[in-house]
Amino acid sequence: MSANTIISLPDQGTAGVPKKNYLTQENGLLSWLLTRDHKRIAILYLLTTGFFFVIGGMAAAIIRLELLTPTGDLVASDTYNKLFSIHGIIMVFFFLVPIAPAVLGNFLIPMMIGAKDVALPRINLLSWYLFTIGGCVELYMMIVGGVDTGWTFTTPLSTHYVNTNVIAAAMGIFIAGFSSILTGLNFIVTIHKMRAPGMTWFRLPLFIWSYYGTSIIFVLATPVIAITMVLIMLERVTGIGVFDPAKGGDPLLFQHLFWFYSHPAVYVMILPGMGIISEVISNFSRKRVFGYTAVAFSSVAIAVFSFFVWAHHMFIMGISTYSALVFSLFSMLVAIPSAIKVFNWSATLYKGSITFDTPMLYAFGFIGLFTIGGCTGVMLATLGVDIHVTETYFIVAHFHYVMVGGMVSAFMAGLHFWWPKMTGRMYPESLGRLAAVILFIGFNLTFFPQFILGYLGMPRRYHFYPPEFQVLNVFSTAGASILAIGYLLPVLYLIWSLKYGAIAGNNPWQATGLEWQTQSPPLTENFTVMPVMDHEAYDYEWLERQTLASQNLENQSQANQSQVRPKETEVPRAG
Amino acid sequence: MPDSPAMTHGTQELANSADPGNAANSAHPEHPPYLLHHFESAGQQADAAGFAMWLFLLTEVMFFSGLFTAYLIYRNWYYRAFVAGSHQLSVVWGTTNTAVLILSSFTMAMAVWCSKTGRRRELTLCLTLTFLLGLGFLGIKGIEYHEKFEKHHVPGRHYSLQSFLYPDSDAAARAAGDRPLPLDDARHTEVYFSLYFLMTGMHAAHMVIGLCILGFMILRARAGAYTAGHATFVENFGLYWHFIDIVWIYLFALLYLISRH
Repeated sequence: MSANTIISLPDQGTAGVPKKNYLTQENGLLSWLLTRDHKRIAILYLLTTGFFFVIGGMAAAIIRLELLTPTGDLVASDTYNKLFSIHGIIMVFFFLVPIAPAVLGNFLIPMMIGAKDVALPRINLLSWYLFTIGGCVELYMMIVGGVDTGWTFTTPLSTHYVNTNVIAAAMGIFIAGFSSILTGLNFIVTIHKMRAPGMTWFRLPLFIWSYYGTSIIFVLATPVIAITMVLIMLERVTGIGVFDPAKGGDPLLFQHLFWFYSHPAVYVMILPGMGIISEVISNFSRKRVFGYTAVAFSSVAIAVFSFFVWAHHMFIMGISTYSALVFSLFSMLVAIPSAIKVFNWSATLYKGSITFDTPMLYAFGFIGLFTIGGCTGVMLATLGVDIHVTETYFIVAHFHYVMVGGMVSAFMAGLHFWWPKMTGRMYPESLGRLAAVILFIGFNLTFFPQFILGYLGMPRRYHFYPPEFQVLNVFSTAGASILAIGYLLPVLYLIWSLKYGAIAGNNPWQATGLEWQTQSPPLTENFTVMPVMDHEAYDYEWLERQTLASQNLENQSQANQSQVRPKETEVPRAG
Repeated sequence: MPDSPAMTHGTQELANSADPGNAANSAHPEHPPYLLHHFESAGQQADAAGFAMWLFLLTEVMFFSGLFTAYLIYRNWYYRAFVAGSHQLSVVWGTTNTAVLILSSFTMAMAVWCSKTGRRRELTLCLTLTFLLGLGFLGIKGIEYHEKFEKHHVPGRHYSLQSFLYPDSDAAARAAGDRPLPLDDARHTEVYFSLYFLMTGMHAAHMVIGLCILGFMILRARAGAYTAGHATFVENFGLYWHFIDIVWIYLFALLYLISRH
């Protein structure tokens, strides 16, 4: 490998993927469907969320194609409505919310804290089944005709006026919601009760802190969307009058309940990404994250603040000026913990030994795109600006910068970073870097024009638009096709790497986390002996000492001519 | 790790076990058969399960809080309609049901104690009593729902304003001394009954789930599953049952006792 990388792989001639690992422990479909191993459940989640991403992505592709011309000449108006609704529902509830927690969180949390599994493995499997059942209900909803309320189910539109499959859509979200609740619950219990000896709260990787914040949101907010979906369904089926203005109900109450979940939920879609970025930035600049404590607490702060900002979705919906003012202020406050993170990551880079491996490229993309998304968020928290650009493409661009530019970049960073741990093999590095660059360019080309479009007044969710907006829309659609390549390429080379990738060895990145101190792919029980944490997180000096010690050990054993097998277990620890 | 005190607790439970069939377990207190592979000790396992249960109850609080928020807002807006609506509920049945549920919480607490002290027969008895009391609660709830159906107080197409526009025609309204409500107020009683059915219905759904689990537990308790030193399941179910009980106490006060001071 070239000098600008830190990858250190074992000798490819002699090394191999360990024969005994969580993938080879048992075989057959049933061994996967009945597994309680958190790593296998993570793989199941990766496959299902990937499947839903393809569906949501295809809906987006048709939307972008349609918007290539000002007149609706590809799909009919009601089809267009269904397309953006399906895109929203699938991407939010079945891709962005579960993707980082359920895939990377399930795989890594027990390993990072030195546990054999999550605290409640059976509940963990149950949550995957609930997710899959909820997803199947959504698939059924699409097959029988779709839904056209948007992912926000605005009442009384959704309860009284549309004639599409709102009940099925709400039911799918209700069921999948319990999967989120159980995942969050499991993570909190795991982080509290399953830490290895010596793994104190302030020795935890920052990944764990941000997933802890995410789990708080899962546990406190998701039940509210569950009851809200129940109310929507009952209002449609039985005609009760909780949201129906004709009977004295208040549609605004729905907005309050819906956004009480859905605003914290958008932090579910970014907090895990921040955890991933902390790990990646630290590792590829070979430095402890600057201001560890501040970054750790900012994760919890974001989770807490997220519960006090929901009404900024309702500035144009007739809430009182006074409460609009308060919620505007609270929304701006969220920028503080977010900025703490961004500044601390930047400070981590300062005087670090930076290498530009694929995960780091994605992480850089994340920081830039998240900053743009975050700053436009502060713009939107300002009452005057919000009223001007609400329900325009400005909003669309803003949340795609955070969710796609932010979260998906972060997820790709994490997927590449931990891919060697998950599979035991490396992805092709140069192709990885290419894909990261393509994703960044494609993303900006797709969504930056939408900021301008929105500011000029193009409303979201419209099928037709005035011809003067066409140039920017063509840019956006062109960007979307580049973006599609940026997604397709990793899918192809990651699958390729499963068979042909270089053998990764235990710790290809020379990273400090406990998950790297065991074989890759790990054993079902993760560690052969229970690890003891005797150093701070991101202690690269400790790692150097360990490497030296293990080299000495190897030299000794070679000198002794003993037939010791290649070490499958973790590095022995000092102290 | 906070294990050491909990660990002693776990082994103590084992030592206290009255079931002679578990003598073999007592011989290896550090590896009882119920200890799942990924835990280091029985204490850690019980700790984790208890913590998870409390967290789950927190999510339940959030689940119900959506309904309580709706109640809070509409009761403030439509107070007169809520008063008239609540006069249609039977305080006698409501009080009886509260008593039944509190009694069932008591038998449940006894069941937890029996499980911890290894009394298998008494445990089965307490669980069965809890089951029957729960069933009784649902029965009384069914009677009350039936009354509402008969008087067309179920929200929807057949909702009737008769009792509120003409309280003299209605025994319950007459007994409470209700005056006729203006049409606007009277129509808002439908919001009250929407919330009544939602809240008590959601509560009843939790009761039904609880009864299913109870039935399963009774079968296992007879086989001695909970008296062999592993009371966690009974303990956590007890928490759930008490939670349902507490929710009902709030519902009783909020739905039945408006303006009955």
